[in-house]
Amino acid sequence: MAPTPAGGVARRTLSVLVEDVPGVLAKVSGLFARRAFNIHSLAVGPSEIAGLSRITVVVDADAKLLEQMTKQLNKLINVIKIIELEPTNSVQREHLVIKVKADAAARLQVTQAVELFRAKIVDVSTDSLTVEATGAADKLDALLSVLEPFGVREIVRSGSLAISRGSKSMTEKIPSEKPLK
Amino acid sequence: MLTTTTADHRLYGPGGSAAPETVTGSQAIIRSLEELGVTDVFGIPGGAILPTYDPLMDSEKLNHILVRHEQGAGHAAQGYAMATGEVGVCFATSGPGATNLVTPLADAHMDSVPMVAITGQVNASVIGTDAFQEADIVGIATPITKHSYLVTDPDEIPQVMAEAFHIASSGRPGPVLVDITKSAQVAQTTFAWPPKMGLTGYKPVTRGHARQVREAAKLIAASQRPVFYLGGGVIKAEASAEFAELAESVGAPVVTTLMARGAFPDSHPNNVGMPGMHGTVSAVAALQQSDLLITLGARFDDRVTGQLDSFAPEAKVIHADIDPAEISKNRHADVPIVGSLKEIIPELKNAVEEIFAKHQRPDLGPWWQRLSRLVETYPLGWTTPEDGAIAPQKVIQKISQASGPEAVYVAGVGQHQMWAAQFVEYERPRQWLNSGGLGTMGYSVPAAMGAQVGNPDRTVWAIDGDGCFQMTNQELATCAINNIPIKVAVINNSSLGMVRQWQTLFYESRYSNTDLNTSLNPSGEEVVRIPDFLKLAEAYGCVGLRCERDEDIDSVIAQALEINDRPVVIDFVVSRDSMVWPMVPAGVSNSDIQVARNMTPEWDEEE
Repeated sequence: MAPTPAGGVARRTLSVLVEDVPGVLAKVSGLFARRAFNIHSLAVGPSEIAGLSRITVVVDADAKLLEQMTKQLNKLINVIKIIELEPTNSVQREHLVIKVKADAAARLQVTQAVELFRAKIVDVSTDSLTVEATGAADKLDALLSVLEPFGVREIVRSGSLAISRGSKSMTEKIPSEKPLK
Repeated sequence: MLTTTTADHRLYGPGGSAAPETVTGSQAIIRSLEELGVTDVFGIPGGAILPTYDPLMDSEKLNHILVRHEQGAGHAAQGYAMATGEVGVCFATSGPGATNLVTPLADAHMDSVPMVAITGQVNASVIGTDAFQEADIVGIATPITKHSYLVTDPDEIPQVMAEAFHIASSGRPGPVLVDITKSAQVAQTTFAWPPKMGLTGYKPVTRGHARQVREAAKLIAASQRPVFYLGGGVIKAEASAEFAELAESVGAPVVTTLMARGAFPDSHPNNVGMPGMHGTVSAVAALQQSDLLITLGARFDDRVTGQLDSFAPEAKVIHADIDPAEISKNRHADVPIVGSLKEIIPELKNAVEEIFAKHQRPDLGPWWQRLSRLVETYPLGWTTPEDGAIAPQKVIQKISQASGPEAVYVAGVGQHQMWAAQFVEYERPRQWLNSGGLGTMGYSVPAAMGAQVGNPDRTVWAIDGDGCFQMTNQELATCAINNIPIKVAVINNSSLGMVRQWQTLFYESRYSNTDLNTSLNPSGEEVVRIPDFLKLAEAYGCVGLRCERDEDIDSVIAQALEINDRPVVIDFVVSRDSMVWPMVPAGVSNSDIQVARNMTPEWDEEE
């Protein structure tokens, strides 16, 4: 796996293909905890192959630590494949849902900000708006900082999802044999 | 003996076949074990594993040994595995039965011991309800096992069992837990053999990269001060014979770590000893002053490297290991080789000889001159205790001399373990068993029991301490009842000796809670024996012997060696003040090794 050019501590994204068996997420997250690896975010869901899940995990690590993480993850029997997705050749997205104060006076300003960011209003009440947005982490951070002055009541944010650019698939060479349930 | 390290050997065991038939889950467990070639199992029944103990009773192929504590079952499985190279197997029930296996699982995980633990679990319908004797043992054991399974569907049993044995015995060996619900054990299923195995994500690399092997050979051919740094992986890979040829070919000094004692004969002139915290001066110096570490199946443990930053500062590193995660984990590897040592070592030998044939071999004369001086100047030894009591080192050396390299030596953890590593002469792999990584006090007696079951024709010595012995000696009952005639040498210094040594050295001789009163009271003036190990041995149906005088050591050992129908326990009452030397204090550079208190060796003047 090629580290980012500097090799220094940086935010790095790993895509981890795992067998979808009970306890697999605990095995992966437990490994990070007991080896004192720091997880910035983690997202998990099914992949295009039945029986396989895909975990996107974002970590802060230098090249050496990332290599250890990858090797240790590979030792987990339920881990099928790991790739690093570098920012330059992958698409990385997070999802944000935010409940922001918006009385009659502020509503228009909030709505304008939402439109500027191509976010979406998904729920309305007399004194609040609920907004959802999808994008790269820095874009969502920017939206948050714009909405903060109005008064944020609740935030829920997903971990990063990432996929490589181009036509290649991470699962191209994976046999679709079914693991144990 | 079954091969356990060949990766293409997909199914552990004789690989027989069985036509489908309707059985219970429990019968499927027993049938799978039989098909896998298992002959010995250590365990204790209880509610959640009870269904499986019923067909076990009818099995003609499985010999179940009823232990007295699940920890004993686990360590026995480890001892069996380490002595034979086969997968050790143990049974326990749910809840406390399973949690009592935690220490042996962690121990096996640290020392890469192939073992499969089968535990009963509460009925699937009550999992998660805090049911009686419920514990999430898969959750508990995940960090300390190579892999773990929870089985709720009886149809999965043959596949899980086959996978568990394959995982435990291939690649870097390790413990696998198979937790099976009581509901799966009692349900009907179909048993057929062999099952199909999954394990898409498990493909241990065995063949070393040819280019890396050539790079390694080039470094060896260019090195002036090479040293072979052997770890337990050489023994796990059954690669001692192959290594001996490589060692002869290169002619470099060899150090054998605590886990590798016996991987290369102590009697060979190239063996300069054990490195590490209590290693020989020559072995520590061989690593420290080397320009090339040829690391085979070792993992740069802190007990070997001392302060990592100052470890072997001038050395390049060749690191061959079956586990890629060990490469460059602690020390950067200039030439990493991932694969089985069984395959890598002969290839490395050929590559080295090819270069030697073309070019001149490096002159290792000056290197050997330097190390030979250290070997001669700083041999292992001991001072006669001032209190007039027996020197513990002497007892262990005499046991070794009387029993020879064909015996098996199993230590607990502490001073006696280090002395056993130092003063027993190791000539063959699997001659020495101990708890290296985890440092589990209490390992010795049950592991010796397992080793004796696996090696019924060998003399098996448990070299134990008075502290360790009190942690697991209940297995003497198991040994006495099942005709497992281990010999236990309790090196009785009436204290937690290694802790006491650290208190002497680093805590101004303030002996906080290290007196055990197993031969003397804390002041050393009054004889107290709680317990009296001689009576304890007799209470357990063993022969109890005691040795308190130097002149009796030989005759007591001879007496013990003549008894083969029962276990023997010898209470060797030894000095409390004997210390383990040499010593590299924790956290300092290996160059600051002390051969005795506050005495450092004189290194080469020309350096």
